[in-house]
Amino acid sequence: MMSAPVLVIARLTLREAARRRLLLAVVVLTVVLVALSAWSFGKLTSLSCDDGVPCSPTETKMIAAMLVILITFMYSFVFTLGAVFVAVPTVASEVESGVTLAMLPRPIRRSDIILGKWLGWAIIAGGYTIVTTGLEFIAVQAVVGYTPPHPITAILFLLGECLVMLTLGLLFSTRLAPMTGGIIALVLFGLAWMGGVAHGVGTLLESDAVRNIGLVSSLILPTDGLWRGALFNIEPSILTEVAGASRAMAANPFLTHTPPSAAYITWAVAWVIIMLGLSILSFERREP
Amino acid sequence: MSQTPSLTKVSSGAAGVDTHPPAIDTDNLAKSYGKITALAGLTMSVPKGEVFGFLGPNGAGKTTAVKLLLGLVRPTSGQASVLGSPLGNREARRKVGYLPELFRYQEWLSAREVLMLHCELAGVSQARRTSEINAALDIVGLVRRADDRVGTFSKGMQQRLGLGVALLGEPELIFLDEPTSALDPIGRYDVREVIRELKQRGTTVFLNSHLLSEVEQVCDRVAVVDHGKVIAIGPMADIIGVASTVRVRATGLTTASEMALARFGTPETEGDWYTFRGVTENDIPDLVEEVVRLGGRVYSVESRHESLEDRFIQLLQEVGEA
Repeated sequence: MMSAPVLVIARLTLREAARRRLLLAVVVLTVVLVALSAWSFGKLTSLSCDDGVPCSPTETKMIAAMLVILITFMYSFVFTLGAVFVAVPTVASEVESGVTLAMLPRPIRRSDIILGKWLGWAIIAGGYTIVTTGLEFIAVQAVVGYTPPHPITAILFLLGECLVMLTLGLLFSTRLAPMTGGIIALVLFGLAWMGGVAHGVGTLLESDAVRNIGLVSSLILPTDGLWRGALFNIEPSILTEVAGASRAMAANPFLTHTPPSAAYITWAVAWVIIMLGLSILSFERREP
Repeated sequence: MSQTPSLTKVSSGAAGVDTHPPAIDTDNLAKSYGKITALAGLTMSVPKGEVFGFLGPNGAGKTTAVKLLLGLVRPTSGQASVLGSPLGNREARRKVGYLPELFRYQEWLSAREVLMLHCELAGVSQARRTSEINAALDIVGLVRRADDRVGTFSKGMQQRLGLGVALLGEPELIFLDEPTSALDPIGRYDVREVIRELKQRGTTVFLNSHLLSEVEQVCDRVAVVDHGKVIAIGPMADIIGVASTVRVRATGLTTASEMALARFGTPETEGDWYTFRGVTENDIPDLVEEVVRLGGRVYSVESRHESLEDRFIQLLQEVGEA
């Protein structure tokens, strides 16, 4: 059960986000992004497919499905980038400025600060992920009548990806300067994405060595694996069949034909818990 | 002749002070960062209810000692207890207030919100929070700025707020690390009054300060640290002693005769002026006689009772010469 100081720190984090106008910026940007994409999707209904003949509803939905995949990928990048941006300075900047020095002598555990900050930012980043993606799916449904097959499951995978990067950023924040932690986190995110592509290329080339590189990278940082979980749940079955029909499609990061296994999802949850534990250990050993 | 005032050298508890149980007790407490020794075996005891001054030059290890006592950093060796508990004990920290030397509060909070945050973290009961906060704001003179954001505060006002935060929860022990470094004379006076009030209600105050005149005014006992070691500890009266600083304006003294005067303490020279520290009143005629005997022509002799600052400098010089 969480001790009260964790909730005090979490509330403080939420208040910081509000006072620094982060919440306002997020709300405004979400409205603008969803409105723009809804307007764009609206244009699909007047598209011509062949020789000036309007696209059939099926064709329109197929185009919408592919666009939803691309837009969701863009959102997933924004969510993970945002999570890194808020996480990497959250401890580091407070230690540097002396804010932490004033708080640590209080009768609280250092884990209270780490868990409180994680909880606060998880509520903000997670809430942003859920609300933005949910609104996007609702807007697409309203404009073109298309809904991804498993929108809620997809959102949960995106939430997982966001929390993974948030936790990684928090771990770096306990030891590294914000800019250093931020750069490393983003490079690792890029490498994990490349690892996912490598896994597909290994499948295409039937090279276990290349495939294993992808497998190992997806275990070290499970962001790409979780993205593929979201992808599997937003692509229509016909695209899943296309992805599974040819080995050549395996290297495509925007198509997948298998969902992450239960073991992999369990590992992703364990990964977050392990990294949180490491963050606490690291912060407990840090001398302000 | 130069005479060292009677000091309680690196031992615990001055006579007549209740040392059971002490608010702070350290035994050979040391802290190193790699090859750098920040604190080299601190041994001292601070009885409850005392205003204790902890003095030393820059880099002497004062702030490191405070951080060790608060459990913010781990000792490399040695032992210590605070309010009868091992370092870092959370229950003991509930009874401790701390004003750090270099600190910031969340600039996007108001002063009142900062105080509320620290009430929550300190475990002050909900029923007492409002009265505690209002009292702290009143004591440090921030009532009119209570709802302004800390980001708009001057450094002095932030220091006032820091003092208010340290007072929350009626702590039994308060660490004040350079509490007046950013304050104007009125602010410094206010802080001295706060310290006196704390003493009256039995709170132990551990005061780190470079402003020795302030320490002299409020502290019962002081410890002087240098290079991470306590070089003198004792009641204020014993530290300052009965010695005086004597300034002699004389001409005709050679380097050899200056050396011959070393038995009155190594003089600091500035033109024709020779300053001798730690000279007792009875030694002054002997000093003047010796200057004359050595061929000096005396134009002026000024005697002034030693301040803590004089004694502080003298102690550091003695250690340096040793």
